[in-house]
Amino acid sequence: MEHSRVIGLLSPERLTANFAEAQPGLTRKAAMEESNRCLYCYDAPCITACPTGINIPSFIKRIATDNLKGAATTIMDSNPVGASCARVCPTEELCEGACVLNGASKPIMIGMLQRYATDWAIQSGQQLFAPGPSNAKKVAVIGGGPAGLSAARELAREGFSVVIYEAKPMAGGLDTHGIVSFRLPQTVSLWEVEQVEKLGVEIKTGVKVGVDVSAKQLIEDYDAVVLAAGMGYVPSIGLEGEELAGVYDAIQLVERTKLHEPSIALLGAKVAVIGAGNTAIDAATCSVRLGAEQVKMVYRRTRDEMTAYDFEYEFAKQEGVEFSWLTAPKRIIGDSNGKVTHLECVQMQLSDKAGADGRAIPIPIEGSEFLMPVDAVVLAIGQKRHVGLIESIGLKHDRGVVIIDEATRRTSHPKVYAAGDIVFGSGKGDAMVVSAAEQGKQTAYAISRHFAATSSEAI
Amino acid sequence: MADLRINLAGIEAPNPFWLASAPPTNTGYQVQRAFEAGWGGAVWKTLGDPIINTSSRFAAVHFNGQRVAGFNNIELITDRPLEVNLKEIYETKKKFPKHALVVSLMVEPKREKWHEIVKRVEAIGVDGLELNFGCPHGMAERGMGAASGQQPDLVEMQTMWVKEVAQTPVIVKLTPNITDITVVARHAVSGGADAISLINTINSLAGVDIHSWNTIPHVGGKGSHGGYCGPAVKPIALNMVAECARDMHVGVPISGIGGISNWQDAVEFMLMGAAGVQICTAAMHHGFRIVEEMIDGLNNYLDDKGISSVRDIVGKSVERYSNWGDLDLNYRVVARIDQETCINCNKCHIACEDTSHQCIDMLTNADGKQVLEVREEDCVGCNLCSIVCPVDGAIEMVELPGIQPPMTWNDRQRAIEKLNAASSEMEVV
Ligand SMILES: Cc1cc2nc3c(=O)[nH]c(=O)nc-3n(C[C@H](O)[C@H](O)[C@H](O)COP(=O)(O)OP(=O)(O)OC[C@H]3O[C@@H](n4cnc5c(N)ncnc54)[C@H](O)[C@@H]3O)c2cc1C
Ligand SMILES: Cc1cc2nc3c(=O)[nH]c(=O)nc-3n(C[C@H](O)[C@H](O)[C@H](O)COP(=O)(O)O)c2cc1C
Ligand code: SF4
Repeated sequence: MEHSRVIGLLSPERLTANFAEAQPGLTRKAAMEESNRCLYCYDAPCITACPTGINIPSFIKRIATDNLKGAATTIMDSNPVGASCARVCPTEELCEGACVLNGASKPIMIGMLQRYATDWAIQSGQQLFAPGPSNAKKVAVIGGGPAGLSAARELAREGFSVVIYEAKPMAGGLDTHGIVSFRLPQTVSLWEVEQVEKLGVEIKTGVKVGVDVSAKQLIEDYDAVVLAAGMGYVPSIGLEGEELAGVYDAIQLVERTKLHEPSIALLGAKVAVIGAGNTAIDAATCSVRLGAEQVKMVYRRTRDEMTAYDFEYEFAKQEGVEFSWLTAPKRIIGDSNGKVTHLECVQMQLSDKAGADGRAIPIPIEGSEFLMPVDAVVLAIGQKRHVGLIESIGLKHDRGVVIIDEATRRTSHPKVYAAGDIVFGSGKGDAMVVSAAEQGKQTAYAISRHFAATSSEAI
Repeated sequence: MADLRINLAGIEAPNPFWLASAPPTNTGYQVQRAFEAGWGGAVWKTLGDPIINTSSRFAAVHFNGQRVAGFNNIELITDRPLEVNLKEIYETKKKFPKHALVVSLMVEPKREKWHEIVKRVEAIGVDGLELNFGCPHGMAERGMGAASGQQPDLVEMQTMWVKEVAQTPVIVKLTPNITDITVVARHAVSGGADAISLINTINSLAGVDIHSWNTIPHVGGKGSHGGYCGPAVKPIALNMVAECARDMHVGVPISGIGGISNWQDAVEFMLMGAAGVQICTAAMHHGFRIVEEMIDGLNNYLDDKGISSVRDIVGKSVERYSNWGDLDLNYRVVARIDQETCINCNKCHIACEDTSHQCIDMLTNADGKQVLEVREEDCVGCNLCSIVCPVDGAIEMVELPGIQPPMTWNDRQRAIEKLNAASSEMEVV
């Protein structure tokens, strides 16, 4: 067998270089040319296409007129994680996809301009917003990801006193821990966290609700609670051999590259990534940058059905990731030391029958089983749900998706609101940072409206 | 947040951005929308005896993919009955008491005509009057607008007639279609003007269609000269504002107009002496909302500079605008090319080689890389290379330490005069 190869770690310098932001920002000249190309449409479709409704023509005009503070303020006003979104939003599906210049010439690089303005804000160290006058109400936010941060920031601006409870040592959620550094450097996410803290929001890190403090306690102590705990790690897919050494959870794999812990040893390795969504792509490109010799994405359907965006697919291909379409994993095989050696797969074909999601159901081709030699297998199929936490509060949910009333953003518990991935159900497109941010904002406004109504009732 | 309020000859406004008298201020609906959008003031579309407009009125000059570098029109004053305008002005002022509402007027150069319109307009309650002596087309053929604006005594006399009855501040709007703007400005002031505004539009023909041979624009195959405005006229307007601002015989507040497209342009006009600005083309190109970015940009600029009120920048550059004869002939700058930033388009080389002083060499350095280098001893500091350079920071004009003490042409002439009392030359101005 070829297992005499030594799988190792890249040098710290190589790791730093590989995980530094891949795409350079715009130069001033490029930003000026691009911003002056924007038509400044009225009732612009890009604004509608942005889930947080950023006034895009306005921020671009501010760049064109050398008012970067104004540009950054316009962006961050609508989107508290606007610097992260400038990098991770699937812009061709959102703002840039709606640009009227599509077809006429080429769409404005809205994401890159957004990055140009927010990069300025990060470098300038300016505080863009101020808290509102206190209304003597207290809100606890569970989870300091995009949804929690957005809710907290808007609540603080509305005059609430806010405490975020965050299980990890740093806030920012998946922006800080889950999205690969070469797309989103951690410093960007942590700047957004700091912007929220500077409004007087207290962030208690390292406090896991349900373990270190009970959700019930928070409900008792605060006037309202926002549940924004996101989703968990990758669930088991029930494959034989998942416990073997060399089998990784995609999100944990990415997280370890972001925490600067001694990284996962993949130098020279052959890696199979199971799945074809955004997480799978991140795990695959991450493996390449950890030095893997070969990275194959194993997916039981075809390119047309994969949920990753085109730009992600293109990026993965450029990085040298290979794709095994119509291939389903059957089991993971290890050696006597409990170390992964092979992935057993079976070839698939698409049947005529469509599943509940409208996609054709793949069926195995009998007798087509084969062994793929691998040193590591990365599982990247979905994310777990925080069912335990949800049930400890007694909230209504649908298989871990908290059920809320859209208008009031309230859960089945009158004091508990929810936003972000924790309310994100399957079949609703992709979970996105920008949607989590918008939901956080809307939740804050719903809470504000609720207390405004109750206080006027009291009078 | 800086204080953006201005006071122009007694007319107060929440900010210096006013709409100029033109299509954007044609009706109450429009002016009210503008105030809601954030404009600090508006000068109502010129009132007078209603006229008939042509169909096809505007044209623009687009430059290298940017639309509306310049804008041209053959529109006249208001085409709506005076009563209708007055009613809407009244309603608008009532709804927006804090915004500056000035009404532009143009009538035949007859004393009773001016008296009549001033009284009627002031009776409904306005913040000021603007006398339109600037419209260069149509009205001029009837002895109004630029036709009277080009005759200094007519400007003075008509201003005087207005001042005989006016209760509110009177702004005289000047035409740029004249040799020396300060002459007319001074006459307006002698006539009693409380302020002047400038510029109105410049005589122009936007273009000729090279296929149909028609003028652009044309009215059924015929064209006539129009008035030019928009970004292209800014330098002309800025100079005229500056000339008036530094003329001590003018000495009244100035409302700056002409090609102002953003907050930076407004700051330039204010530094050159304008107490506030008026805008037409930028609003016509983008809508009233454009004022949002203007206000925000101005505010951030002032905050950044630690200036608490926009009034503090008015006129701050005027004393730096002087006569050629007062420029230091011993001051020297030379071009310096930053090899790191240079992208080697060689535009500076060919500009200097063919059209300036042949002092940018195209060389190959030790690594075999093409480099451009200025022979500083031959560089006259004309700025041309830095103007054609497409990259920020690649060519810097560097100040050289003075070898000789400053000396202007006028100093020189005076020195020569002293030396030789017999031969004297005129001062150059
Ligand atoms: C690998 C990967 C790549 C992605 N790439 C993109 C992308 O390119 N573009 C994009 O738009 N979206 C992307 N997403 C999706 C996006 O990251 C999420 O939709 C978004 O982060 C959801 O925000 P959230 O605040 O709801 O949850 P999260 O970001 O998950 O934040 C939840 C926070 O709650 C904390 N928490 C959880 N439980 C508790 C508890 N009991 N007590 C206290 N705190 C708790 C967590 O530690 C975490 O900080 C990606 C997701 C993954 C996994
Ligand atoms: C279509 C059009 C109509 C105008 N009509 C008037 C007018 O009725 N009275 C007037 O004083 N100026 C009139 N102007 C001139 C403007 O008020 C202003 O002085 C000029 O356009 C320069 O400003 P700008 O470069 O911002 O457009 C008109 C300008 C345009 C473009
Ligand atoms: S802008 Fe167009 S639609 Fe409106 S009046 Fe002019 S020509 Fe007609």
